[in-house]
Amino acid sequence: MTFGGRQLSWLLLAACLVPLPASAQNADDNFRAVLAELREAGFADKESIAERLIASGHMSARPVLTALLDDRLFVKADQQIVIARSAEQTLTTYELIDPVTLQPAGASPSDQLTKIGTNNRLRRFLRNTVARFALASPDADVRLDAVKELLRSLDASAAELLRQRRDQESDPRVRHEIDTALAMAALDEGDSAARLAAVGTLSSRLSAEVRNRLAALVARADDGTFAESDEAVRSAAAAAIESIDTKRSLYSGVETLFFGLSLGSVLVLVAIGLAITFGVMGVINMAHGELMMLGAYTTYVVQTLMPGHIELSVLVAVPAAFLVAGLTGVLIERTIIRFLYGRPLETLLATFGVSLVLQQLVRSIFSANNRSVVTPAWMSGTLQINDALAITFNRLYIVLFTVIVFGILLAVLKRTRLGLDIRAVSQNRAMARAMGIRSEWVDAMTFGLGAGIAGVAGVALSQLTNVGPNLGQSYIIDSFMVVVFGGVGNLWGTFIGGISLGVINKLLEPYAGAVLGKIFVLVALILFIQRRPRGLFPQTGRAAEAA
Amino acid sequence: MKLKYVCLLACVALGITLPTAASAQDTIKVGVLHSLSGTMAISETTLKDTILMMIDEQNKKGGLLGKKLEAVVVDPASDWPLFAEKARELLEKDKVAVVFGCWTSVSRKSVLPVFEKNNGLLFYPVQYEGEESSKNVIYTGAAPNQQAIPAVDYLMKEVGVKRWVLEGTDYVYPRTTNKILEAYLKQKGVAAADISINYTPFGHSDWQTRVAAIKRFGSAGKKTAVVSTINGDANVPFYKELGNQKISAEDIPVVAFSVGEEELSGLDTKPLVGHLAAWNYFESISSPANSAFIKQWKTFIKKADRTTNDPMEAHYIGFNLWVKAVEKAKSTSVDAVLTALPGLETPNLTGGVARMLPNHHITKPVYIGEVRADGQFDVVWKTTTTVPGDAWSDFLPVSQDTEADWVKLKCGNYNTKTKTCSGQNYK
Repeated sequence: MTFGGRQLSWLLLAACLVPLPASAQNADDNFRAVLAELREAGFADKESIAERLIASGHMSARPVLTALLDDRLFVKADQQIVIARSAEQTLTTYELIDPVTLQPAGASPSDQLTKIGTNNRLRRFLRNTVARFALASPDADVRLDAVKELLRSLDASAAELLRQRRDQESDPRVRHEIDTALAMAALDEGDSAARLAAVGTLSSRLSAEVRNRLAALVARADDGTFAESDEAVRSAAAAAIESIDTKRSLYSGVETLFFGLSLGSVLVLVAIGLAITFGVMGVINMAHGELMMLGAYTTYVVQTLMPGHIELSVLVAVPAAFLVAGLTGVLIERTIIRFLYGRPLETLLATFGVSLVLQQLVRSIFSANNRSVVTPAWMSGTLQINDALAITFNRLYIVLFTVIVFGILLAVLKRTRLGLDIRAVSQNRAMARAMGIRSEWVDAMTFGLGAGIAGVAGVALSQLTNVGPNLGQSYIIDSFMVVVFGGVGNLWGTFIGGISLGVINKLLEPYAGAVLGKIFVLVALILFIQRRPRGLFPQTGRAAEAA
Repeated sequence: MKLKYVCLLACVALGITLPTAASAQDTIKVGVLHSLSGTMAISETTLKDTILMMIDEQNKKGGLLGKKLEAVVVDPASDWPLFAEKARELLEKDKVAVVFGCWTSVSRKSVLPVFEKNNGLLFYPVQYEGEESSKNVIYTGAAPNQQAIPAVDYLMKEVGVKRWVLEGTDYVYPRTTNKILEAYLKQKGVAAADISINYTPFGHSDWQTRVAAIKRFGSAGKKTAVVSTINGDANVPFYKELGNQKISAEDIPVVAFSVGEEELSGLDTKPLVGHLAAWNYFESISSPANSAFIKQWKTFIKKADRTTNDPMEAHYIGFNLWVKAVEKAKSTSVDAVLTALPGLETPNLTGGVARMLPNHHITKPVYIGEVRADGQFDVVWKTTTTVPGDAWSDFLPVSQDTEADWVKLKCGNYNTKTKTCSGQNYK
């Protein structure tokens, strides 16, 4: 590693971030002049401009480059370069900041600003650059991310920066990461004792960068010599790699299990509404998927209605989707299905027709194109458990959501008057009527409940997949599969059935691939249904015989 | 009561197959064979509108050979066998002079025998896997050497990619393209261990396992890229999962061959920024012809937020080539037009020239674009000249000795070793 001009300027910056006051005016002008070049520059030129901005040592270099990385650097109509305080797409007017003095510089409608674009290469450069500044941030999480970013492409200047930072660092997590980085740097620079100590430190880490670095130590070059000359360091490294690999494969097993759980919970969520309409009422509802689609479109409509509150919109969409899909369900039941009870084939045809009508309806209203549903910030990203295991938030929330929906549904069926009526009617309609239960009203409510749950599932699906007219079709088979596998008429069967199908699918996928894996699951399901036609948890007793 | 719903079903079924044909005297009929319903409607409806716009414009200029053009629009409803039926209807019943249509390779394969038997003329506007050259089809979309190979070259030379994931949907286009790419990469010295090929079903929505596998494959210390032939709807959950698992385009770029402006308009582009697409046209390329085309399109479709895309440009080129050929041949007869076509040139929308080649493909420039936050692309690389389309890949052992030439050889699959033409049997 050589210390180029850029690296040197980094050290200078690290030492003193404050420019000399005597030449302040001069420095400001220079900075502004260099900045102005960004207007016309191509991507390659922008990188050299960014380097010059850093080399200037001006205190505004960091906010300007951060803004450039975050797509918040704009050119105004009068050719002035400005920073926007926030450039959310939903805002029509941006608050502006002067890039040199960092004072407020008024506001401007967003359509009169031209963004200064970046490409992958430039963003990579900027991210590394901004990370160096961020080492001094008061926020420990920002510092942690900065150290991790520097770890990915560690050079001598970054190692030197980290070394200076090490003793001032108060947060143990950041210290831990800095130690990792310093140990990796020591593998390049230190004597064999230092290298051995470094390998010792690294053996307790899990990240892929560390593993690759250690693997490079024991790798043989083409001429048969080792990259690492010391035998002791090599054997320590080999042992460290083995221990890292064992831990990583353990965590990858945990990851697969979580994937299965999350796929399973999606299956439960899409099937649970059907478990009520098909399982409890015995109605083969081919429009179930379209009710989910309505739920997904409701999410889209809610988002367009409240553009400033994307974070909240998903939460608002849940009850809205329940109402929209539930009312549609009641409407379908009252106008079509109630005339067809006891005639499953006709019901199947009629609801299939309804599904086509609903699909064409959204095509006519929203067009055939997919609609864009924004994922709120709190649902994107990952929960980093350690370097080898990260769980994505949206999947985690959907698992939780499924459990909550399932819990509420169980409570409604077991603890409320409506639930009692539903169970009574589904077990023995004639007797229930004799006891004074309005069975027609209960039918409508039951169907509405199942449809509403389908709508709620649609909200979750809008975060995972396309919101388009075909959304329902892609899930209808899965939902029938889960209900039949779990045992018709049994909510717990649906739950266990969905989760186990998900886990089995995900356990098979790494070995068999997605296509074959799915085939295996389907074939196994057919064989299973042959052996046990009533599913995992068949209904027993008088109710089963009556059905 | 029951009857009403049966009727309802029937009405829906009928409604989607009503042709908008209205025959008038002395017109030249132009067939439009694009799905207006079903899964492919999203992409194909736009192409139908493009052709209607081109016909409209030609009629304003006074038509062709003194006659007005008349569009005959049919709806094959994303149903592959129905494509063949509708094609037969166009050729035998409506007697159209030319057909613009098809999107998926399987629909093209389905209509191929119909066009060959009836000696029809089909302009096919979508990038495809190659390994075909029919006398009756003009391929205005990209062959693999006009999209896939240049994209891989870009990643290898400009980005320094050493490890490759070829990720595709499980059907003929990704499988053939990946076979060609695998052979090409191996020829360039990439070890088999550095190539991972994987297929997922149509509409695959649970990408967790695959994305985690890509992440693992990409963490081996060598620069990794994903070459994606993932089709249509499966793309959105794929990119969402990439975003969620924090794989950014700076770490593992994904270059896609089926994601364009139209596809991006239906989704939240945040997780996609920086990922790549390879096409022969981008809406963001500035040229006088392109601005005029975009303006014309937005006026015609009456919506300011509609985008233009690569297959639309292919139809634009195809239609203009056909018009030129008809004018040159002074006839709309298929044989006369086919004789007139090779060698004709027409400007494309990006400032270059598309030339009709003897193998029924055209010359195209290749662009690599990075996705921007607004759903458009920034061109980061382009070929210096236009690339002639190659019907038979030079990188597959089964086709490297095969050549297509409808001018000198009068054959779409001439074997240069055995000096034979196997006619219309494509392997």
